[in-house]
Amino acid sequence: LVLACVICSPQNYPLYIRSIPAENELKFHYTVHTSLDVVDEKISAMGKALVDQRELYLGLLYPTEDYKVYGYVTNSKVKFVMVVDSSNTALRDNEIRSMFRKLHNSYTDIMCNPFYNPGDRIHSRTFDNMVNSMMMQVC
Amino acid sequence: MEQGATGGPAAAATAAATTASTASTAACGGGTGGLLLALSESEQQRYSELFSRCCPAPEAAAGGSSVGELFRASQLPPDTLHQITEVCGAKRVGYFGPAQFYIALKLIAAAQSGFPVRIESIKNELPLPQFTALKSDSEARYGTPAELHGVKFQVPHANLEKNSYKRTDEGDKQEPKSPPMSPICSPPASPSTYQRIPLTYGYGKSRSGLEQQHGAPYEVRHTTHQQDGPSSGNYGAKTALACSTLNRSLSAEREQQDSSTHYLDDPWRITEEQRDYYINQFRSLQPDLSSFISGSVAKNFFTKSKLPIPELSHIWELSDVDCDGALTLPEFCAAFHLVVARKNGYQLPETLPETLLPEYLQAASLKPIRDCALFDSYSESLPGSQQARDFSRTEASAEEVPDKSALLQDGKKDDKQALKGSITLKTIPKEFQHLTVKTAAQESNAFRARPRSRSYSSTSIEDAMKKGEEPPTPPPRPQKSHSRASSLDLNKIFQQNTQALRSGWLPPPPPALPPRPSASQTEQPSEVELHPQMNRPPSQAEENSSAKKEVVLAQPPSKPARRKLWTETQGLDTPELSPTVNVTSSLPAVKPHLPVQKQSSKQKRAIQTAIRKNKEANAVLARLNSELQQQLKEVHKERIALETQLEQLRPVTVL
Repeated sequence: LVLACVICSPQNYPLYIRSIPAENELKFHYTVHTSLDVVDEKISAMGKALVDQRELYLGLLYPTEDYKVYGYVTNSKVKFVMVVDSSNTALRDNEIRSMFRKLHNSYTDIMCNPFYNPGDRIHSRTFDNMVNSMMMQVC
Repeated sequence: MEQGATGGPAAAATAAATTASTASTAACGGGTGGLLLALSESEQQRYSELFSRCCPAPEAAAGGSSVGELFRASQLPPDTLHQITEVCGAKRVGYFGPAQFYIALKLIAAAQSGFPVRIESIKNELPLPQFTALKSDSEARYGTPAELHGVKFQVPHANLEKNSYKRTDEGDKQEPKSPPMSPICSPPASPSTYQRIPLTYGYGKSRSGLEQQHGAPYEVRHTTHQQDGPSSGNYGAKTALACSTLNRSLSAEREQQDSSTHYLDDPWRITEEQRDYYINQFRSLQPDLSSFISGSVAKNFFTKSKLPIPELSHIWELSDVDCDGALTLPEFCAAFHLVVARKNGYQLPETLPETLLPEYLQAASLKPIRDCALFDSYSESLPGSQQARDFSRTEASAEEVPDKSALLQDGKKDDKQALKGSITLKTIPKEFQHLTVKTAAQESNAFRARPRSRSYSSTSIEDAMKKGEEPPTPPPRPQKSHSRASSLDLNKIFQQNTQALRSGWLPPPPPALPPRPSASQTEQPSEVELHPQMNRPPSQAEENSSAKKEVVLAQPPSKPARRKLWTETQGLDTPELSPTVNVTSSLPAVKPHLPVQKQSSKQKRAIQTAIRKNKEANAVLARLNSELQQQLKEVHKERIALETQLEQLRPVTVL
C-alpha cells in the first residue's frame, strides 16, 4: 500500500505531493522531508564515482515501524520519494522499481510539455491520473 | 446610405433610394411590376441597420454571405428564400443592392406572416421580419423570437452552410463549432433534421444561448473579408456563389461536405474547413507538412491564443500523444482544435477524444490540402513565418551541391532563430541545421530532434554515395556535406565509408610518388580540421589516416589546402584555397599517374568533375564558415554579457 508519493526538485522543494490517507498528511510530509537527508547522503556518497555509474534507484531509505521509505533520484537530481506501508509485505523491490520507473517516465512526459517550466509545481491531470492509478493498484 | 444607419435622415435617404432603385429594378426586370415600396419608419430603420450589418464597405451591394446568413436566420424554408431572392430582383441584377435587400426583407416578413412570396404581399403592412439566429442585440431588435411561423429546421443548403461556416471559421479562431445541442431559444425538431442543421445554425443559436461572443458574426466576417486579401480571390468566388445561389448550384467541394454533416454534432470532430485552416497555420510555422513543430515554437503560437498557461499545458498533454515535445500535423490539428473549442467555452476533456487522435486525423486527412492563404493576422508575428518561407525555398531546391548557397542565407536565419534549429528539412539542409543548432544556443528540443535528423543524415550519405561516379569519389562527398555535423552517426558512417573504400584505396596511393602519399594523408586530417565547427577532428583524423594507412599528421591547413583538389583523394574541401593553384597542382599530380594506372583517362574525367563540384562546395563552405565564425563571436559576446549579468545578480538572490 503506497501511502505517499513525492517529487522533489534538485533544490529540495516539492514539485508534487500526493498521499492517500486524508489524515496525517503532515506526518507524511515530514517523513518525506527527513528522508531527503538520506537521499542526499546517498547521492553524495557516490561523489567519487561518475554520475553515470550511479544507480537511479536508491532503494529503502529507512524503515520505521509503520512504514518504509524508498527513494529514487534522476540524473538531474530530481528526487522521487515513496512511502509504503510496512504491513504490506507483498510489495517487493521489483515492484517498487517499476513504480519509480513509471514515475520517471511520466515525469519526462511532463518535461516534454513546453508549457511546463522546470521547477514549477506539477499540475498535470495526466500525471495525477497516472499516480493515482499506480497508488491504487497496489492497494 | 449603406452604413451608419441611424434614424431619420439616413432612413429617409434609404427610403428614397429604395423607391428609386425599386423603380429601376422594376424597369429593368419585368416581374416586379413597377412597385413603390413604402416602408414605415421603423421598417426603414431596421432595414437599414440590417443592410449596414450585411454591407460593410461603402459599396452598393451587401455581402452575399451575410445576406445568406440573415436569410437563413429568418428560418424560412430554403425554397421560400430562393423565391424571395428571385422576386426581389437580386438574381437578376446579380447582387443584393439596397433595393433588393429591402424588398427581400419585406418578403421575409411576409413569408413569416404566412403570406405567399410575391410582390403584392409586401404592399401591405407587415410585421418586421424576425431573425432569431442573430446575435442577442439583433434579437432584441427584432422582437420576440417566439412568434415564428412554423419554425422549420430545414436544411439550408450544404453549400450555404459551408460557405458561411467557412467564412466564420476563417475569420476568427473564436468561431465555435458548436453542436446543435447547445442551448437554443427555439425548440428543436427531430434529431435527424437537427443533425442536418448547418453549423451556422446551431452556432448562431448557441451563441445567442451561451453568452459568448456577441462579437458580431457579421463584423467578424467583414473583417475577414477585409483581412483576407490574398484569400479573397478564393473566398470571393465562393461568396459570389453563395450570393447567386440561394439556388442549388453547389461547388464540387461543398458536395462532399454533405456526407459529413452528420458529424457536426460532435464538437471534437474537425471539419474540413477547420482542418484546412489548421493546416495553413501549421504551414506558417513549418512548411514541411510531414515534419514537426518544435515545442517552443508551438508554445509561442498557442500562447497567442491567450488561454491560461495551465490550460495550454493540458491541451498540450492531450495532443502530444507520443510525448516527444513536438507536434506533428495531426497532433497540431488536435491541439488547435482543442484551443478553438476551449475559446468557445467548451471544457477540455480529460482524455483526447477519439476523433482527435493522430491516427484518426491522419487517416481522415486524405484529401489534398487546399491552397488557402495564410491568415496573417494570426501568424504574422511569428518569427517562424519568415523562416518558414526560407525553408520552403530551401526545400524547393534539390539535393545538389548548389543548394548550399541557397541554404547559406537560410543558415544565417537559422542561427538567429535557434528555435527552429530542431526542425528538420531534407538531406543536405539538415547538415547545416545541425551546425547552426550547435553554434547557437541549443534547446532541449534540438537534442531531441537530432535523433530524427540523424536518420535523415544517413540517407543523405547514401544519396551522396549514389552521386559518386567512381569508387574513389564517394567518401569525400559525405564528408563534404556532413563536415560540420557533429552527430556521432555521421562519424560512424564516415568510418564505414572509409573502411569500405579502404580496399579500393590501397592500390592507388603506393605507386604514387613519395610526397603525394604524405600529402594525401595530411589532406584527410586537415580537411577535417579545416572545419572550425567540427568537434571531432582528432578522431576523424585518426580514421582518415588509418584509412590511408599512413602516418597521422596534423598538418597546418595551408599545406593540405594546396592539395585540396587532389585527384586521388577526391578533392577534399577546404575553405581557403585558390582553385587555380589546386588545379595546377592536381594536374601534375594527375599526369604522373597516367602511366601508372590504367583507368587514367576515366579518372581524369572523374577528377575534373570532382574538382568542379569540390570547388563549388568549397566556396559555399567557405562562406558558411565565415558566417559561422561571426555568429560564434556574437554568441560568445552574448555569453559574456549574460555571465556578467549573472554575476551582478548573484549577490541579490540569496536562496
